[in-house]
Amino acid sequence: MSGPNTQYDPVEVTPLHAEEVERTRDEALKAFAEAADLAALQEAKVAHLGEKSPIALANREIGALPPQGRKEAGQRIGAARKAINEAFAARLAVLEAEHEERMLATERVDVTLPWHTPELGARHPLSLISEQIADVFTALGWDVAEGPEIEAEWLNFDALNFQPDHPARQMQDTFFVEPAGSGKVLRTHTSPVQARSMLTRKPPIYVICPGRVFRTDELDATHTPVFYQVEGLVVDEGITLAHLKGTLDHFVVSMFGEGLEARLRPNFFPFTEPSAEVDLKCFVCRGASVGNPDRPCRTCGSEGWIEWGGCGVVNPRVLQACGIDTDRYSGFAFGMGLERTLMFRNGVEDMRDMVEGDVRFSRQFGMEI
Amino acid sequence: MRVPLSWLREYVDLPAGVTGRDVAEKLIRAGLEVETVEESDLTGPLVVGKVLTYENEPQKNGKTIRWCSLDIGKDEPQWVVCGAHNFEVGDLVVVVLPGAVLPGGFAISARKTYGHVSNGMICSSSELGLGDDGTHGIVVLEPGEATPGDDAIELLALRDDVLDIAVTPDRGYCLSIRGVAREAATAYGVALKDPADLDVNGNRSGGYPVRVDDAEACSVFVTRTVTGIDAKAQSPRWLQKRLLAAGMRPISIGVDVTNYVMLELGQPIHGYDKARLSGEIVVRRANAGEKLMTLDDQTRELDAEDLLITDDSGAIGIAGVMGGATTEISDATTDVVIEAAHFHPIVIARASRRHKLSSEASRRFEREVDPLLPRYAAQRVADLLAELAGGTILADETIVDTHALPEPVTIRADHAARVAGAPITIEETVRHLESVGCTVAPAEHGARPASLAAGVHSPALVVEPRAGAATGGGAALAGDDLITVTPPSWRPDLRDPNDFAEEVIRLFGYDNVPSILPPAPGGQGLTVSQRRRRRIATALVGAGLTEVVSYPFIGAADFDAMGLPAEDPRRTTVKLVNPLSDEEPSMQTTLLPTLLRTAERNVGRGASDLAIFQTGLVFLPKPESKPAPLPSVAQRPSDAEVQSLYDALPDQPLHLGVVLTGSSTPTGWWGKGQPVGWADAVQLARTVATAVGVEPVVRNTELAPWHPGRCAELSVDGKVIGHAGELHPKVCQAFGLPARSCAAELDLDALIAAGPSSITAEPFSSYPVAKEDVALIVPAEVAAAEVEAALVEGAGELLESIRLFDLYTGEQIGEGKKSLAFALRFRAADRTLKENEVADVRQAAVQVAVDRFGAVQRVG
Repeated sequence: MSGPNTQYDPVEVTPLHAEEVERTRDEALKAFAEAADLAALQEAKVAHLGEKSPIALANREIGALPPQGRKEAGQRIGAARKAINEAFAARLAVLEAEHEERMLATERVDVTLPWHTPELGARHPLSLISEQIADVFTALGWDVAEGPEIEAEWLNFDALNFQPDHPARQMQDTFFVEPAGSGKVLRTHTSPVQARSMLTRKPPIYVICPGRVFRTDELDATHTPVFYQVEGLVVDEGITLAHLKGTLDHFVVSMFGEGLEARLRPNFFPFTEPSAEVDLKCFVCRGASVGNPDRPCRTCGSEGWIEWGGCGVVNPRVLQACGIDTDRYSGFAFGMGLERTLMFRNGVEDMRDMVEGDVRFSRQFGMEI
Repeated sequence: MRVPLSWLREYVDLPAGVTGRDVAEKLIRAGLEVETVEESDLTGPLVVGKVLTYENEPQKNGKTIRWCSLDIGKDEPQWVVCGAHNFEVGDLVVVVLPGAVLPGGFAISARKTYGHVSNGMICSSSELGLGDDGTHGIVVLEPGEATPGDDAIELLALRDDVLDIAVTPDRGYCLSIRGVAREAATAYGVALKDPADLDVNGNRSGGYPVRVDDAEACSVFVTRTVTGIDAKAQSPRWLQKRLLAAGMRPISIGVDVTNYVMLELGQPIHGYDKARLSGEIVVRRANAGEKLMTLDDQTRELDAEDLLITDDSGAIGIAGVMGGATTEISDATTDVVIEAAHFHPIVIARASRRHKLSSEASRRFEREVDPLLPRYAAQRVADLLAELAGGTILADETIVDTHALPEPVTIRADHAARVAGAPITIEETVRHLESVGCTVAPAEHGARPASLAAGVHSPALVVEPRAGAATGGGAALAGDDLITVTPPSWRPDLRDPNDFAEEVIRLFGYDNVPSILPPAPGGQGLTVSQRRRRRIATALVGAGLTEVVSYPFIGAADFDAMGLPAEDPRRTTVKLVNPLSDEEPSMQTTLLPTLLRTAERNVGRGASDLAIFQTGLVFLPKPESKPAPLPSVAQRPSDAEVQSLYDALPDQPLHLGVVLTGSSTPTGWWGKGQPVGWADAVQLARTVATAVGVEPVVRNTELAPWHPGRCAELSVDGKVIGHAGELHPKVCQAFGLPARSCAAELDLDALIAAGPSSITAEPFSSYPVAKEDVALIVPAEVAAAEVEAALVEGAGELLESIRLFDLYTGEQIGEGKKSLAFALRFRAADRTLKENEVADVRQAAVQVAVDRFGAVQRVG
């Protein structure tokens, strides 16, 4: 049949009989319910909701009814169609959900498998600790100062009150740059950066200087001819030894934890007067191992304190050589070896691990220290 | 300086029961570096025995042992076997009995040997921990020195702790028992019995004739003469024991006594055999060509700067360093001329360095010796020679003394408190200064304080101390009163106000100084360069690279291995006078050799896929290398001098080196992997540049150590900032790396400097994008980047992005050609582009490539 029934026929045609509509509806609902998968449901949809489906055909017959019968037939057909559509949608939702569930289940993978994009590399721990120290001091408002590694002898020694024939100058086993008498050395400490800072900045000066330094030591488990230091310098009005202690205490807490402190022991350095060695309260045993053979401490050798570096009040002769008015300003300076710090802080047992460049050493640290 | 506790006790009344460790702790707190405390592990019974009988019993092994009976103060004699023969019946010896432990942990028990049961043994000097006394036998005590059964440990002070002190250069006086005793006395608050406080019985003239030609170098020269000594006499055991404990070997009575006095007082002494001296002793500088055979039997060429002791025969000693062989005391010596002098520390330091000869004497003179000591030290030596070697001391004495004692220094009474920032009273200040030997007096009216630095008087400007600095409160003196401090003769290091402050503060106690964090003015955080360096490192780590460090020393072999041509500028290096190794005398001009060696080491240790980087300075000599000046330290160098200091140094830019080897993508369950290739290295270099906001221009170049066809040069604003690519096969071979390893080296300073100073945000369009693909056939040698640049130029501002997505060479396009396919995206800021607009722009882009390279559009 094509097109609506245009003939006026007062007799209801069969498809519009109430029973017939119900039967059509029930068949559709049954077919949908029996559709096992989305393809079957699609077939059932064509059969029961498509253009040539009984309900579609019935719908077209409505126009052929006498006006008084159209309303009732229309309502009946409409209700049936609605029921069929709803049944389809419900069944579709169920089957889609089933399908998705099945599909996802089949797509399960082993997430522990490796992948080919590169893993994160690693920083060298000496870099990490340098940066951490720089951060501690920049947080205090200090600047990070730097200098070259081939340095003028004057800046490495003379300006720092190492007099030419003083034994202290011989104690630092120096690499000299050719030709002999060039006045240039591989810096034996980061202290020339102090001199540079004072020559180029005006007080107040608050600088921290991490860097690589050189001495003619042979490489062994505890020595390396090329190593890293960090040096701090303050020049300001009224600076005292007490300020040095306060700074070191803060430094110790920042690097090793709350409740720790620094201790000063008198010593000699040409560029500071008074001078001291810095000890750090053992961050492992906190002194509990001292005189307590039952609780030995490997980190401090049961001494309770760990030797960390040197420090002191800047010798006014150094200030003078660098053009700082000693009547107005005073200062303090301190310095530590970073390899040594890593050795006791991070349990590195052999200096050689730090300089040989074995990637396994750096990779233990990743990007944290 | 090795200090036996028993020797120290002779001059300091240390509390009973105080151990070496206790003393060490106190001295450390006072600023002496006590490195070790040697504690004896000796335990008894160790007793004095008298030899009653012995039988010599020859053995099959050729030795003859003695089977001895000894009286050890018990009813029955003790029977022991002894291998030594240097004793007779009636001698007193030291006997160790079963149950004892000798130094070194040797436990003694009765044991069967040579057919006897030996109940202990007779001890030699070294077995007792006293060192080799040169007798090659057992210790024989002096008759009457003890009675059988006496505890030999106590008798010989065998359980003596020895402190080993590393004396800092400012504390020369602590290279003596006298100096350490002074510190110990102060630390314990007890009196010091100064060993130099002795009667001098010389009459100040008439001694061996001496002339000093260089009074600056030799400001004091004292001689005493002792005649008629028995040079063959053995030093008594107590003296030998102390020398050994202090680390010196006993040699002969004459030498031992001079060494003993040097250890005790700190004054080096030289003894001459008077019979071998000829004429006046003259102290002068060396003449050109002069030679001297020193006591160590080495003939030394003397330098005109060397200070010599001479007589009519010529040089007889390098002053303060080592004596000559010709006038040495020998077994035949009867008369001894004792020299006790004061030499300038710098003169001795230079001579010692010049002759590579560091002696006990030079170590002390270099640190300056108490200039008042020579006369007392000479007396002490003479006394001991008279006592121990039977000599006669002549009252005649030669004294040349032009030494100027240190001037008093005027300082603020509260200077130490102000330096410390601690409430040190003026009373304490004075007390501590006096305890180190200073004389303190109120300054005269009108005196001004010494400058903190240079010993010149400073203006009266006084800056008030900040929080934490307390002024003292002495009764007689106020804080801004001045005191005049005269340092003791043995402390030439006390010159500046801060030197005195240190003495006060160390005795006040560093622990008693408060802890105050000084507030810094606001800082600006890291510099741009410092921040960018961190970003670069982070980006490299993100790309899977591991940071390593290595030494910056390289040599010609490295350059050869890298295949650098002879004229390559990287072969021009800064060299070291004293390199660690003669093979590596140069400072690196490129990071690659050390990084490649590091890579090799890692590969050798089993790393197969390796991606490492290093940042470090390279050292580039300037065309004209000038020496760095040594301006005066009395004031700031002028700006020009500072500049010439900086200018004298080589350029030292920061470089980044990268080495890649193995695979960039490993083979895995996902499929076949990808070996590391030139493109990985170039891409890393781009990544580094991007990390600091720089887009480098990349082009092909040829440069060792890279593969000539696979080396990228990166530049910014026309300046080359580095290279990346695949290494030359020979370089891989030379460094023991897998074939096709890759590397990059960038000048980070230049790269970082090229980064943007700030970035301004641009609006971006929300109109639709138009996508166009363009495939161009160009001659094979034309670089993709150049074709891309042509398209970009032709497309103009409507082009949003361009990406090369295909590269084809092959039959379809003919030999010597390649096809490059680009995906272009166009977008306008203010409208939707019309089809014909897009077509026009596309054509304009293509046209530039056509014009520039003869590019042909590939169709289909």
